This record gives sequence, C-alpha cells and structure tokens, in this order.
Amino acid sequence: MTRFSAGDIVTVLALGKRGHVRIPHYIRHQTGEIVGYCGTYLNPEDLAVGNTGSRAIDLYRVAFAQTRLWPDEDHPAQDRLIIEIYDHWLAPAAGDL
Amino acid sequence: MPHDHHHEEHEALVIEDDAGNIEAQIIVDALQEVLISKGLLTATEVTGAIAKLESPGIHLGAQVVARAWTDPAYKRRLLKDGRAAVQELDIPVTEARIIVVENTDQLHNLITCTLCSCYPRSILGQPPSWYISKAYRARSVREPRRVLAEFGLSLPHDVQLDVHDSNADMRYLVLPQPPADVARRSVQELEASISRDHLIGVAREVA
Repeated sequence: MTRFSAGDIVTVLALGKRGHVRIPHYIRHQTGEIVGYCGTYLNPEDLAVGNTGSRAIDLYRVAFAQTRLWPDEDHPAQDRLIIEIYDHWLAPAAGDL
Repeated sequence: MPHDHHHEEHEALVIEDDAGNIEAQIIVDALQEVLISKGLLTATEVTGAIAKLESPGIHLGAQVVARAWTDPAYKRRLLKDGRAAVQELDIPVTEARIIVVENTDQLHNLITCTLCSCYPRSILGQPPSWYISKAYRARSVREPRRVLAEFGLSLPHDVQLDVHDSNADMRYLVLPQPPADVARRSVQELEASISRDHLIGVAREVA
C-alpha cells in the first residue's frame, strides 16, 4: 500500500538536505498532482555515500502546472512539468490545485 | 592548456564545463597516464570501454519507434512497459525503467534532465552536448516553448506541452506521431526518417 495514488494532490517538501539530492530547488514548495507510481528504489541520498543497506522507497511521478511554477512566463494553461519525487519529499496537500 | 607530452598511446577524452574549463580533462589525462604507466590499464582497454559506451545509438531508438508504428500490439506493450518492450527486440537495457511518452495531435512531450545528463543511453547512445548544457537544462523547464522555437518547432498554443524532468530513476523516450504515409513505407525507410531530436522531443513532425 503506497501513501499516495494517482490524482492525489501533494506538496514537495524542502528538506534542506545536503549531498546528492535529486529533488531540484525549482520544484520544492510546489503543489502538484500524482500521475504515476514508479515502484521502489534505493534512496540516492544514501547510495551516493555508499550506504546500500537502507530500505527502498516509493517513487512517484508528479505533474505541475507550468503557469504555477513560472508565473512570470507566458505558459499556456494546460502545459505541465512532470518530475519524479521520492515519498519522503512529499506531503499531502489540502484542497484543490 | 599545457600540452607538452605525447598522446600517441591514447586519444584524450575532451571534458570541459560550460565555461570551457578543462580542469577535469587535465585530471583524467593525468590519472589515465599513471594507470597505464603502472600497468593497471592499457590504452586498448580504454579504447574498448569508449567503444562500448558509444556503440548504442539512435538506430536502436528508431527501431523501437518504427516497430510501434507498424505493430499496434507492440505499441501497447511499449507504452505499458518500455523496458520490457525494448528488450523484446534483443536490445540490452541498462536503465531501471523506460517510460515511453506518446505525442498526439493534442500533446507534445519534451525530455530533459535538469540535474545532470540522464538519458536513455541504451537506446539513444550518448546525449548531444546541448542536452547536457546548463542552458538547455534550465530553459527546457522554464521556457520550453522558446527552446523548441529555437530548434525550429513552433508548437501551436492549443497543443499541450508536457516536459519530463528525468531527475531520478526513470528514463524517457518520446514516441513521435508516424508520418501520414506510414503504411506505404518500408521499416528501413521509417527507421531512417526518425532522428534523435524526435525522440527527445525538440522536433515533432517526421518527414
């Protein structure tokens, strides 16, 4: 049982971790919609420092409206950015997008 | 660059960053020379490793797409599980998963990796230098339509653009729309009509 499923609205956390973090800054604090589940993968934050013993974690594909990511740009309303986010970087978001 | 030593045994890799700095190149050169002089590595092994890296190429991706255009059941399997469908064609896959994203009349897909240079190397080979550039990595998410225009593709406003950032474990392949006369062309002709740019999404129409 995964914590999120397709259609769920989520916010990307800003965990402030250092090192080999695969969640780029532009997507932190942003709210989007789960569009896919990718399976479980070892956490790159651990793998990068040689720690291969930790539990594999859920990875999701999350879609964001470009108009919300870059309000200063002229994106058509339907354009999306889709990115992979590990479970521990996500929080459920209240309400609609 | 100080370059007063000979390079007859091996061809140096060119590694420089966006600013043209070649510090990494100097380190790689020095390390390779030391390893070769100590007998831990031979120039032939280096050449072999480079050849292995460079042997996959766009012809493999084109093979996958041409098959999807001509075999609807294969296309369904490809969209469901890209890795398994690529392996069906006896293409070795090193990626954990390949996600195939299909262009339609209403949707165009563009692939990028904002953090580094993630790319479906098993089926497309090594990425082009512009794909790795900081300019593409930043602009492909922030102003993708302007980037596409610079590649000669002005995407109509009513066509949705999905940009896929390959930031983690997935790798992506764009499935372009087939040309109108797909049924009249041979598989070889179809494969030849597909370019790397179509499979990254900086080109759309297959001529």
